[in-house]
Amino acid sequence: MAIDILMPALSPTMEQGKLAKWLKKEGDQVKPGDVLAEIETDKATMEVEAIDEGVLAKILISDGTDNVAVNTPIAILAGEGEDVSSAAASAKAPAAPAPESQPAPTPDMEREGMADRPSPDSIQGTDVTPVGEPAAPYVIQTRTAHDAMAEIPEGTEMVSMTVREALRDAMAEEMRKDDTVFVMGEEVAEYQGAYKVTQGLLQEFGAKRVIDTPITEHGFAGVGVGAAFTGLRPVVEFMTFNFAMQAIDQIINSAAKTLYMSGGQLGAPIVFRGPNGAAARVAAQHSQDFAAWYSQVPGLKVVAPYSASDAKGLLKSAIRDPNPVVFLENEILYGQSFPVPKLDDFTVPIGKARIHRQGKDVTIVSFSIGMTYALKAAEELAKEGIEAEVIDLRTIRPMDTDTIVASVMKTGRCVTVEEGYPQSGVGAEIAMRIMENAFDYLDAPVIRVTGKDVPMPYAANLEKLALPSVAEVVQAAKAVCYR
Amino acid sequence: MAVAARKAGRAGAGAANKTTPSKGSKNGATPNSPQFDKNQDLSAYNDMLLIRRFEEKSGQMYGMGLIGGFCHLYIGQEAVVIGMQMATREGDQVITGYRDHGHMLACGMDAKGVMAELTGRRGGLSKGKGGSMHMFSKEKHFYGGHGIVGAQVSLGTGIAFANHYRENGNVCLTYFGDGAANQGQVYESFNMAALWKLPVVYVIENNRYAMGTAVTRASAQTDFSKRGLSFGIPGEQVDGMDVRAVYAAGQRAIEHARTGKGPYILEMQTYRYRGHSMSDPAKYRTKDEVTRMREEYDPIEQVRRRLLESWKLSEDELKAIDSKVREIVNEAAEFATHDPEPDPSELYTDILL
Repeated sequence: MAIDILMPALSPTMEQGKLAKWLKKEGDQVKPGDVLAEIETDKATMEVEAIDEGVLAKILISDGTDNVAVNTPIAILAGEGEDVSSAAASAKAPAAPAPESQPAPTPDMEREGMADRPSPDSIQGTDVTPVGEPAAPYVIQTRTAHDAMAEIPEGTEMVSMTVREALRDAMAEEMRKDDTVFVMGEEVAEYQGAYKVTQGLLQEFGAKRVIDTPITEHGFAGVGVGAAFTGLRPVVEFMTFNFAMQAIDQIINSAAKTLYMSGGQLGAPIVFRGPNGAAARVAAQHSQDFAAWYSQVPGLKVVAPYSASDAKGLLKSAIRDPNPVVFLENEILYGQSFPVPKLDDFTVPIGKARIHRQGKDVTIVSFSIGMTYALKAAEELAKEGIEAEVIDLRTIRPMDTDTIVASVMKTGRCVTVEEGYPQSGVGAEIAMRIMENAFDYLDAPVIRVTGKDVPMPYAANLEKLALPSVAEVVQAAKAVCYR
Repeated sequence: MAVAARKAGRAGAGAANKTTPSKGSKNGATPNSPQFDKNQDLSAYNDMLLIRRFEEKSGQMYGMGLIGGFCHLYIGQEAVVIGMQMATREGDQVITGYRDHGHMLACGMDAKGVMAELTGRRGGLSKGKGGSMHMFSKEKHFYGGHGIVGAQVSLGTGIAFANHYRENGNVCLTYFGDGAANQGQVYESFNMAALWKLPVVYVIENNRYAMGTAVTRASAQTDFSKRGLSFGIPGEQVDGMDVRAVYAAGQRAIEHARTGKGPYILEMQTYRYRGHSMSDPAKYRTKDEVTRMREEYDPIEQVRRRLLESWKLSEDELKAIDSKVREIVNEAAEFATHDPEPDPSELYTDILL
């Protein structure tokens, strides 16, 4: 059968090009891989190779022809044993040249990832809704708040424990239960943890499962993800999340995206954990809250507990979770004590907020160390007759919109509190979700209390100013209550 | 002549290669090459040809607009992955970068599934959601298919870590290019692999151009077999155009890794005939250079010649192999052209388990 040789595209955006030169002539025998011709655009010259074996029966587009449309037959190949002249006769009239020239993408566009962006109207599936929320028009739905009290059976004995101990116990319990769980990071073994979170693990589980890494965040994050691809369950400790910026490519491009890119075949059951946010007097490079960063990425879960009980229950859930979990701790909270249920296997569900304090006048939503401002502010407000409902998000992604919305439907007012930067922060996301789901219930615009929009300063007074304060939360709560 | 010195030189013994195009062995001029028996030659021929034809078809389908985005062809480098794969055993894993079609076919992944992924169809190995650079098969121990240059080196080291942890005796072949060899995480990985004696073979496919940058313009040390020296990782330069040399080096390296001696580096001196990707104008090298490499060092032609001359196969017998391979590729292309696109509901699946 005669085979049409078509004008190829250098990229899907190319619509036509110049047939610069034929390197084979009619009657030539060609084999796959032989270069038949050269085509040119204003950016590139490319060779047209033969795919099939045969004789070049007829050239349909001659040397030097400009504006040859992609997919136009440019020659006819007579297959093996086929009569060349009858193959040549099978030629259809060549298509008209394309009217205008279109530049091919340049190689540097490729490196920048700029090539072949679909135009907005060519994007399929715009009717599907982002982050699982209803698209416009806005429909009021009844929301049910998560009942965190039910997570602990009534009558359970509570023991006082620091967040640090709770995290250690969570890891130890999961390691006893499942020998695919291991801990790796800088100073996690011999040194017993830079912040002593992994204290005692080396002694109990040995060097095979409690692994000191070199100072090599990008590398060991990738090693962890690779191990997780095979089904191991690494707990990768970053000495602080500031250093995880070295590794963020592996966290996002490898851990978060592979399940999707593999069509569901290959997931990464891994936990990245460590202290996040400002500590004290360590200045800009060591003081940043990454909650909003990671919460933007589909394929990740992002957890940021406040209490020891939640830290323990959530870390156990995170280790068991088949997905990559970014587990954001806080150095200042490590030493604080909380009641923790004395249960053999206590877990807290990821994706559920806790109503830490009930109230009817204003909803304060926070997480991690932000809760310390929120709770103190609620006490101050109570003295002035304002009953604040304080919600501890616990998980940033997936966010428990229901609990927030149910509360705002009751109070009609909301203040968010976080140590992170204001722009595109967690508070901004919460405010938007309230608009999407409870706009008609709002009696005042949502106010964000955040870290200031500056790199963290070193000087004690400036550092204090850069962080949120109880006074700011009180002021914001009063403002939304018009008091 | 540098060719002989490059043959399977031990660590650091490789000749300086500079810019000479006479890399690899000329056809038939390889008296020191380890020999293949007839079955090995036949199998290598068949498997390399499948990659060659598959990639030619991919290029053609790209030209027809059936494949989108980036498409990096493996043409010219076939001996590397086929020789290495011949040296593996069941359970050994493979991970590579974005020039991955050949690796997938070598691992035994279905040509139809690979091609349908290239065209973004529901029958693609990643349901059309990964594309050319992102395919995986747990069953065939292929861990991708990674689009970020160098990321697969840490990941492959992690897979080797898991082998070590499980004490399963498997080795992870971690492929990357001469370009990726300059990424920082490669050396972070080398350090950990050597420190913990992980069963990993780093296969550096030196095709002499990182996109459009010749190795001499990007690398202070162009002998990539030496890149592990400061970590005590042995390495050798291998004629990556000769499947027998690749196989022999692969056996040495894998044996080293499998027996607990830690990582091993193989610099495969190879050449890609096509551009970096489909939209590469290839202005950074001369046409003569490409032509010479194709005509004098082609990995498939070398085996073909042996099949004809040493094993006395007839042209017809080779043609029969050719047409069988072509049939597989045509079937794959046919499937990939007519398989439907993913259902829109797939947009929101496979994000979390």
